[in-house]
Amino acid sequence: MNAEPRLVEVRKNVLKQNDVTARALRGRFRDAGVLAVSLVSSPGSGKTAFLEKTLTLLYSRYRVAALVGDLATENDAARLARSQVPVKQIVTGTVCHLDAAMVQHALEGWDLNTLDILFIENVGNLVCPSSYDLGEDLRLVLLSVTEGEDKPLKYPTIFNSADVAVITKIDLAAAVEFDEAAAKRNIQAVRPGMEVFKTSAKTGEGMAEYLEFIERRRVHSRAAAAV
Amino acid sequence: MHELSIAMSIVEMAQEEAERRGGVQVQIVHLRLGRLSGVVKEALLSSYEMACASTLLEGSQLMIEEVPVEVFCPRCEAPRLVRSIQWFRCPECDTPTSTVIRGKELEVVALEIKE
Ligand SMILES: Nc1nc2c(ncn2[C@@H]2O[C@H](COP(=O)(O)OP(=O)(O)OP(=O)(O)O)[C@@H](O)[C@H]2O)c(=O)[nH]1
Ligand SMILES: [Mg+2]
Ligand SMILES: [Zn+2]
Repeated sequence: MNAEPRLVEVRKNVLKQNDVTARALRGRFRDAGVLAVSLVSSPGSGKTAFLEKTLTLLYSRYRVAALVGDLATENDAARLARSQVPVKQIVTGTVCHLDAAMVQHALEGWDLNTLDILFIENVGNLVCPSSYDLGEDLRLVLLSVTEGEDKPLKYPTIFNSADVAVITKIDLAAAVEFDEAAAKRNIQAVRPGMEVFKTSAKTGEGMAEYLEFIERRRVHSRAAAAV
Repeated sequence: MHELSIAMSIVEMAQEEAERRGGVQVQIVHLRLGRLSGVVKEALLSSYEMACASTLLEGSQLMIEEVPVEVFCPRCEAPRLVRSIQWFRCPECDTPTSTVIRGKELEVVALEIKE
């Protein structure tokens, strides 16, 4: 018996399980030629409204579907189902973010080969979702004009983890004296080079530019699946 | 707040390791935590005790080493530490860069055990 404490090396990633599951999902998306796009933002920034508009505009040309995370309700899924595409709610209970296992579980029984684009709405939260890879090809971070231009500086980690920023509710910009230049400057400060779109789910402004981008990205995933 | 579930994963990992070694007592868990990991040190520390309750790890301590954010500067062609995670630019030449080399770690590196 030795009373001296001994140091043993471990070197294990705490989120290994999630990363393994996310990698498997990414592989499945790639093999099926599905572009997976996730959406994160603070509560109420307009993810569901933006997604509803997106699904409605894409639905005649692409096979689209959506998963939507929410702490307690199925309201968002009910709203999205109006666009007539397959939608599944993930009720997370007390968990403040989606993780890869939840996405994997929600996809059980879905044939990914029947899809072109899968959207995943995360729980409204700018902190917790940043640590969890969902296997998505693109992570969109939404910032509404009503929540202040300095959100990127307050939550740099999630903005840095995203691939694209979308400024939402642009129809309200004048009313709240939204400073677009400041918002863009702050986004670029925490994630240089990030592409930024401006949209309104209400008027449809800016949706065409953003959808063009999504379609371009889909061509890439298709090409990658073909090789 | 996802720090509690992270703390529980840490405890689980340490516990597995302790059991693998024949149920040794873990005194300290050493963790590397990147400043871009999305996990807040203080919140993790306060969740840790709760996560340890009625496990083999009860009474153990979590020691966190924070890892700064290092990016690759394309102009200097060298790794650089960012001055702040609100300013992703090279501290030497001010070139913007998003290429993160280090700073996302969330890793159990070692355990101090008593046999
Ligand atoms: N004027 C205007 N209002 C919008 C727009 N998009 C969303 N809203 C409103 O903003 C509120 C929140 O929108 P949601 O789409 O539910 O936001 P969310 O991000 O999905 O919310 P959570 O899922 O609860 O985090 C609703 O009252 C919407 O009607 C927009 O483009 N313009
Ligand atoms: Mg919603
Ligand atoms: Zn430089």
